Amino acid sequence: MPADYPTTLLAELTHRCPLHCPYCSNPLELIRAEGELSTADWKRVFSQARGLGVLQLGLSGGEPLLRKDLEELAAHARQEGLYSTLVTSGLGLTRARAERLKEAGLEHIQISIQDSDPQVAEQIAGVRSVKHKQTAAALVRELGFAFTVNVVLHRANLDRIGEIIDMAAGLGADRIELANTQYYGWGLKNRAALMPSREQVERSREVAERAIQQYRGRMQITYVLPDYYEAYPKACYGGWGKVYLVVAPNGITLPCHGATQITTLTFDNVRDHSLEWIWRESEAFNAFRGDSWMKDPCRSCPRKALDFGGCRCQAFALTGDAANTDPVCTLTPLRRIVDDALGEAPRPIEEYQYRYVPGEPAPV
Amino acid sequence: MSGAPLALDFVPRIWRLARMEFDTVRQRHVLLYPEGAVLLNETGAAILKLCDGSHSVGEIVTILSERYQADVSADVTEYLAQMTDRELVRAG
Repeated sequence: MPADYPTTLLAELTHRCPLHCPYCSNPLELIRAEGELSTADWKRVFSQARGLGVLQLGLSGGEPLLRKDLEELAAHARQEGLYSTLVTSGLGLTRARAERLKEAGLEHIQISIQDSDPQVAEQIAGVRSVKHKQTAAALVRELGFAFTVNVVLHRANLDRIGEIIDMAAGLGADRIELANTQYYGWGLKNRAALMPSREQVERSREVAERAIQQYRGRMQITYVLPDYYEAYPKACYGGWGKVYLVVAPNGITLPCHGATQITTLTFDNVRDHSLEWIWRESEAFNAFRGDSWMKDPCRSCPRKALDFGGCRCQAFALTGDAANTDPVCTLTPLRRIVDDALGEAPRPIEEYQYRYVPGEPAPV
Repeated sequence: MSGAPLALDFVPRIWRLARMEFDTVRQRHVLLYPEGAVLLNETGAAILKLCDGSHSVGEIVTILSERYQADVSADVTEYLAQMTDRELVRAG
């Protein structure tokens, strides 16, 4: 099955991060600073990505501001014609750096917010961070970047979704992305402490729907529901190797940021291959393209054109076989795995297992 | 799917956070904005180029009808209604 043009590259510039959020989308085995790609490597990757058709670039991490060459990378991305988004905690965004990023042509900044309640926010992040984020948000606004607030939702903050949306509007956000936790890696490890109740999810859906109408024209709101409470799986980035790719800090290239956990696949590195070869030719990117890899019930299901069997990373994480139907789907007997998880007793926030890079200070 | 039809005196402007580019890889125009991209056909690009806050829908219809030597009013209003519904085009 031939590859399409990818539209989006997520560049995980580093796994280093001042925050320790227990749902972090980085893998459990974090890459240390010495394993990171060089400035020249990243520039080459961005140029190759544009040549391959990529339009949108996420400068992400960890905390991308910990890369001293971020401004240089942002400038290169702009020169290549990419639309870049900085995905940041806001920590480390000084006026000097924000001004240099603006000059470099960076267009859009996403700042993560953990909660509208400052005490809980810092408990989730595992570090003092609320004031820094407010300062960063004000700078982003003042310098005229497109500004998105992103929030990962879970048991501890879901009941305040309305306050969180109002808070983002107060910070001057153009957009807010509200996404329930995805349970891979750190999120899976902390699932019993993060999983909201069905009642919480229902209430939050109503609040979000009202807010979408209320803020229409002023602030765009996107709300992603938790897939465990859905009947059918999510269509992960339009299917495996369809439009999206991720380059990890060490150059390993993935069809999804959660894919490193699929230990039955070998992922190639931009240090050894061109991005084009990895996208078009590599075994990993072709493993789940099209539908010939599917088993039943997906193989004979009309929904396969809508959700492509769901998430390969979730199928592997929960069943040990990445070619299985995503167990979120109620059409597979594997669904009992998800139902069992929903039946687990919730764990308190004090039991978070925080994310941190070995050798760096642990959260307090 | 789209809302009410657009009035001819409505002055559309591309969302301030979106910009139109010509993608040399796909050989077509694209509209880029935070976390999104729309691939444009030739007509779409021609319409959006006039959404600069200085032309009303009626004026855009006149300009493009002349250019294409055909009545494009239905195409223009339908397209702009869709783009307005998606908030990619807003009141200028």
